[in-house]
Amino acid sequence: MHDPLLIGGTALTSRLFIGTGKYSRNTLIPEVVARSGSEVITVALRRVDPDGGEENIISHIPGHMTLLPNTSGARTAEEAVRIARLARAAGLGNWVKIEVINDQKYLLPDNLETIRATEILAAEGFVVLPYMSPDLSAALRLKAAGAAAVMPLGAPIGTNRGLRTKELVRIIIEEVDLPIIVDAGIGRPSEAAEAMEMGAAAVLLNTAIATARDPLVMAEAFRDAVAAGRKAYMAGLGPVEEVAAASSPLTGFLG
Amino acid sequence: MSFYETLTRLEEYPYEQLWKEYTAGDVRRALGKNRLDEHDLLALLSPAAAPLLEEMAQAAQRLTRTHFGHSMQLFTPMYLADFCVNHCTYCSFSSIYDFPRKKLSLEEVRREAETIAATGLRHILILTGESRRDNPVSYIKDCVGVLREFFASVSIEINPLSTDEYRELLQAGVDGLTLYQEVYHQDTYRELHVKGPKRNYRNRLDAPERGCQAGFRSVNIGALLGMHDWRQEAFQSAMHARYLQDRYPECEISLSTPRFRPYLGEFNPESDVSDRSLVQIILAYRLFLPRSGITLSTREPATLRDHLIHLGITKMSAGVSTEVGGHTNEGGTPQFEISDSRSVQEITAMLYTNGLQPVFKDWDILTDPVPLA
Repeated sequence: MHDPLLIGGTALTSRLFIGTGKYSRNTLIPEVVARSGSEVITVALRRVDPDGGEENIISHIPGHMTLLPNTSGARTAEEAVRIARLARAAGLGNWVKIEVINDQKYLLPDNLETIRATEILAAEGFVVLPYMSPDLSAALRLKAAGAAAVMPLGAPIGTNRGLRTKELVRIIIEEVDLPIIVDAGIGRPSEAAEAMEMGAAAVLLNTAIATARDPLVMAEAFRDAVAAGRKAYMAGLGPVEEVAAASSPLTGFLG
Repeated sequence: MSFYETLTRLEEYPYEQLWKEYTAGDVRRALGKNRLDEHDLLALLSPAAAPLLEEMAQAAQRLTRTHFGHSMQLFTPMYLADFCVNHCTYCSFSSIYDFPRKKLSLEEVRREAETIAATGLRHILILTGESRRDNPVSYIKDCVGVLREFFASVSIEINPLSTDEYRELLQAGVDGLTLYQEVYHQDTYRELHVKGPKRNYRNRLDAPERGCQAGFRSVNIGALLGMHDWRQEAFQSAMHARYLQDRYPECEISLSTPRFRPYLGEFNPESDVSDRSLVQIILAYRLFLPRSGITLSTREPATLRDHLIHLGITKMSAGVSTEVGGHTNEGGTPQFEISDSRSVQEITAMLYTNGLQPVFKDWDILTDPVPLA
C-alpha cells in the first residue's frame, strides 16, 4: 500500500513520530529509532548542546531522521519564535514544533500564543507543526496562519492517559484540511491505533516508549499499532451496530 | 495578597495535636488521590506515615519517572562574593566572623566559569552574601554578562531584591531564582537572624513571589531543615510552593531540602532531622506537588544522595565548592561544609550506573546581552 504522509514537501513512510526526552541514556535513541521505524524525531532545543560532545543529544540521532526541534520552555509567542530561529541557526533544519506552555501544572498549550508564533514562523519559511489544545476554531486559525500540520493533544503531556480528547480531535480531523497529528497523552499502542483508525495522519509520542520497562520492544509495539490503525482507516471500517444484524432481513422477500 | 496571609492561617494550626491525630488510613487515602490537599500533606508528614515510607517511595518514584523521565538535571553553585552585613547564627559568612572577605573580579569570574564549563556543566547558580555596597545588583549583572558566554542557564541565590531589580537581572540573562526562607517559624527566624536587613521576615518571604512577578522561568524555595520542627517547616514550605504554583502557573516552582550543616561557629540546631525524616519530607513534597522540581545539594553525603536520586529528586549539584573562587583557588572560607565532594565526572558515572541520564543543558538564554555597567 503506497500511502505516504506529505508534510512540508517531505514524503514520510512512517506515521509514528518519536521524542528524545526521558531516556535513561541517549545511546538508546538510535535503537528506538530503528525498532520504531520512525522517520521524524522531536528534540527540545533547550537540551541541544553543540559543545556537549557525547552528551549532545543530536549526536545520537541517525542522519536519515527528519529533525523536529521543539520550543519547549517557551511561554510566549516571542520566546517560541526566538527558540525556532536559534534552532535553525544551529543547523537543525527548518521544521519546528511550536510548544507554548504557560501552565507548569498540566503543561497545557496556549493556543493563542501558538497561533501568533505559527504566523510569524510560517512567514519565515519554517515548516510549522503546532502543538495545541484540541479546539476547532484554533485549528482553523493555525491552518490560516500557515501551519503544515496541526497537533492536538490526546491528554496532558507525559501522562500516558490516552485519547481523552477523542471527540474534539475527531471533529478537527473532519473539518481541518491538513494532516492532524495526535501529540501527547498516548500511553498504549491500542490508543495509537485508535487515533489512526479515526483518521489521524500520525501520532507523536515519547513518554510511553521512554518510560516503558523495555523501551525497544515498546517502540516495536507502537510501530505495529500505528501501521495497523492506518491500514484499518484506509480499508474503511465496517459500520458499528448496537444490536446483532438479523441474518434474515425483514425485507428479504422483496428479492 | 501575599503568602504571609496564608501562613498566618497555617500558624494557627495546633501542630502538636495534629501530628498525633493522623492515621495510617489518612496516609493511604492521600496515596490514592490525584490531587492532594493540605490535609493529605499533613498526613504524609505526620508520624503515621513513618511505617508507610516504602509505599510512599513507590508512588513518588512512579510520579517522578512519568513526569521527569529517567533524567537528572546537574548544576553547580559559584560563589561570587562573601561580603555580608547580616549576622545569622548558623552561617560562616556572618558579619561577626573576622576573615579576609573576597569578591571575584570579572576576570576571576571568567576563569572560574572556564574551569566549571570544562566539566560539561551548563547550568550555574551564583551566590553572594548580602552587601549592597560590596556586591550590588550592577555587579551581579556584570558577572551574568560574563557567565552567559559559558552557560545556558544562570540562576541566582542572593539577598532578596525588588521586582524591578529582579527584572533587570532577568533582562541580563538570569532565568532562575533560588531563595530559601531558612525558617518559616517567625520567632525562630528572629532568634537566628540577629542583625542586618535579613531580619526583615516579610521582605524575604515575599521575594520568591516578586521573582515570579518579574518573570523568572524557575523559582526554587525551601526551609533550612533543622532550625525548627521539621514537619511544620516542611508543611509550610510545600504550602508556599503550592501558593506560588497556583498563582504563577507559567513559572516552574521547585523545592530544596537543605539540612543544617557544620559551619564556622558553634550553633547547634534545635531539631535533628534524621535520614528517615529527610526521606519522608522528599516523598511528601513529590506526592503533594507531582510536577515540581526537587533539588538535592551536596550538604548530603554521597551514599545517601545515591539513594535519594530514586525518590523524587530532579536536580542535583555536582563538583561543588562553597568558597568564593573555590573552583580555581584554594584557601577561601566555605559557607558551610559539604558532604559530597565528588566531581562532575564521578556524579555522571554514578547516575548512569543507576539508570539515570545526567542532563547538563536544559535551557537557552533568550535575552540579548546587556552592555557592562
